[in-house]
Amino acid sequence: MSAPSDPFVLNLGPQHPAAHGVLRLILEMDGEIVSRADPHIGFLHRGTEKLIEHKTYMQALPYFDRLDYVAPMASEHCFSLAVEKLLKLQIPPRAQVIRVLFAEITRLLNHLFAVTTSALDLGAITPTLWGFEQREKLMAFSERVSGARMHANYIRPGGVAKDLPEGLLDDIWDFAHDFPAFVDDLETLLTENRIFKQRTVDIGMIDLQTALAWGLSGPMLRASGAAWDLRKSQPYDGYETYDFDIPVGKTGDCYARYLVRIAEMRQSARIIKQCVMRMPQGPFMVDDYKVALPPRQLLETSMEALIHHFKLASEGYHVPQGAAYTAVEAPKGEFGIYLIADGSNKPYRCKIRAPSFAHLQILPLLAQDHMLADVVAILGSLDIVFGEIDR
Amino acid sequence: MMDVVRTVLQEANIKYLSCGAGVLHVDGAALFEALQLLRDHPQTDFTQMMDLCGVDYPSRRPRFDVVYQLLSLRFNTRLTVVVSVEEEIAVPSITKLYPCAAWFERECYDMFGLVFEGHEDLRRILTDYDFEGFPLRRDFPLSGFTQVRYDDLTRQVIKEPVSLDQDYRAFEAQSPWRGVAAVQKRGAS
Repeated sequence: MSAPSDPFVLNLGPQHPAAHGVLRLILEMDGEIVSRADPHIGFLHRGTEKLIEHKTYMQALPYFDRLDYVAPMASEHCFSLAVEKLLKLQIPPRAQVIRVLFAEITRLLNHLFAVTTSALDLGAITPTLWGFEQREKLMAFSERVSGARMHANYIRPGGVAKDLPEGLLDDIWDFAHDFPAFVDDLETLLTENRIFKQRTVDIGMIDLQTALAWGLSGPMLRASGAAWDLRKSQPYDGYETYDFDIPVGKTGDCYARYLVRIAEMRQSARIIKQCVMRMPQGPFMVDDYKVALPPRQLLETSMEALIHHFKLASEGYHVPQGAAYTAVEAPKGEFGIYLIADGSNKPYRCKIRAPSFAHLQILPLLAQDHMLADVVAILGSLDIVFGEIDR
Repeated sequence: MMDVVRTVLQEANIKYLSCGAGVLHVDGAALFEALQLLRDHPQTDFTQMMDLCGVDYPSRRPRFDVVYQLLSLRFNTRLTVVVSVEEEIAVPSITKLYPCAAWFERECYDMFGLVFEGHEDLRRILTDYDFEGFPLRRDFPLSGFTQVRYDDLTRQVIKEPVSLDQDYRAFEAQSPWRGVAAVQKRGAS
């Protein structure tokens, strides 16, 4: 018998393609088995919460695109809802439908990224190529509506920034119509793929009790068997009026999380179609110029509009004193904002609750006693983005 | 739901400071027991702790708030629990109740310098390895105190006091205009 020796310490990252960003993972190895994992995060810390305290509400919004840059509009949506909650603002129906439409497009963006890149980590390159082709189409929609592929700054307190350009709804309809066939194609590559299943089935199992205790949400929680979706249980922007199902996994392993995301993509395509079908006419922003910018053409003729525009762009609007926690079902899970307003034109405190932060935390528990290669599979199935973990 | 929370706490003889509109204020000493009860009691069943954050009020005593967001899946309700603490007083750690609190408490320690008693691994989490100070406190400047750069001469990353080519300008943008009434009043006097 040999004396117990120091464990072999492996340093994964902070620059590693399978780390999905700047994750530094200190792994204590026993042969090829992980005996302890310690994630070091914060390499992408930009002090978003501090910066927001020094910006007006309108200036704070673009920071939310840069949190979860795989699904940018979901975070914008949450901040807009939080500000509207404190302002007690009711937004027009057309804005609500546009928001839901783009929230679901964002969900597709995210799940396409999550599913295909986690497959890439396991050695399958084709899903990534196929998935990113679809993502480009979706980002083109984002570009047509806001001018930017990713950092849209589109969903704003009071509604959305611009109206939909002509012809966009037809193109989105065509996309949503063809999309389920693409998901079928994608599934032929992975769902029954022997290698993919060997790498994911029974890997990184989370039972429901553990999932709840560790604050998991979104697909991570649903894959462990909880039928919980904020779009159904605490609906916002009219989600209760849409017809869609909540896929729930049984086993809570990496494969179940993959299946849940695939099923959610099909449901999102359903919601997108319903949005296009019902898109109401009318304003896309509240007409209260104390909160929303007046339309551009009005600035040339109306002195009042010019004054409002100047005051909003410089001083911004004042949000009445109060505090509220607002959460949305972002593609990755529960994205929450705890916003404290002190009556001035800047947030007093804006705490961002990022789903990836809670999800990455469970990695040491999952990785323990797994092989090194399984850590990569688990990490891929957690669906993390460092923009929102490090903030 | 708030009535239920109130009754449950009163039955167990746990003191709270105030309870209403989705917010429960408790004393630091009663925090652990209160959360344990709210988690395990079948009528509240707050199985998830979704968020934990610190808030700094420099002019107030006690200076800091720690805010917990609880979620009950069974009753589909949320509860905000607030604890007010002074800088040097430790907050009881709730990692034994909600393991996910571990990183959230580390973040709160990192950002505000609040110490969580009973936390097994209270290290900094988001800031740099040898960072000093607590950035989310209101008296911490936005641009920080130090900046790092790669020095070609010594061939290493060095840290130096922050120097800005242009001073940081805080745009208050608050209008000095107090309205017609103020002008008329001034004219009259």
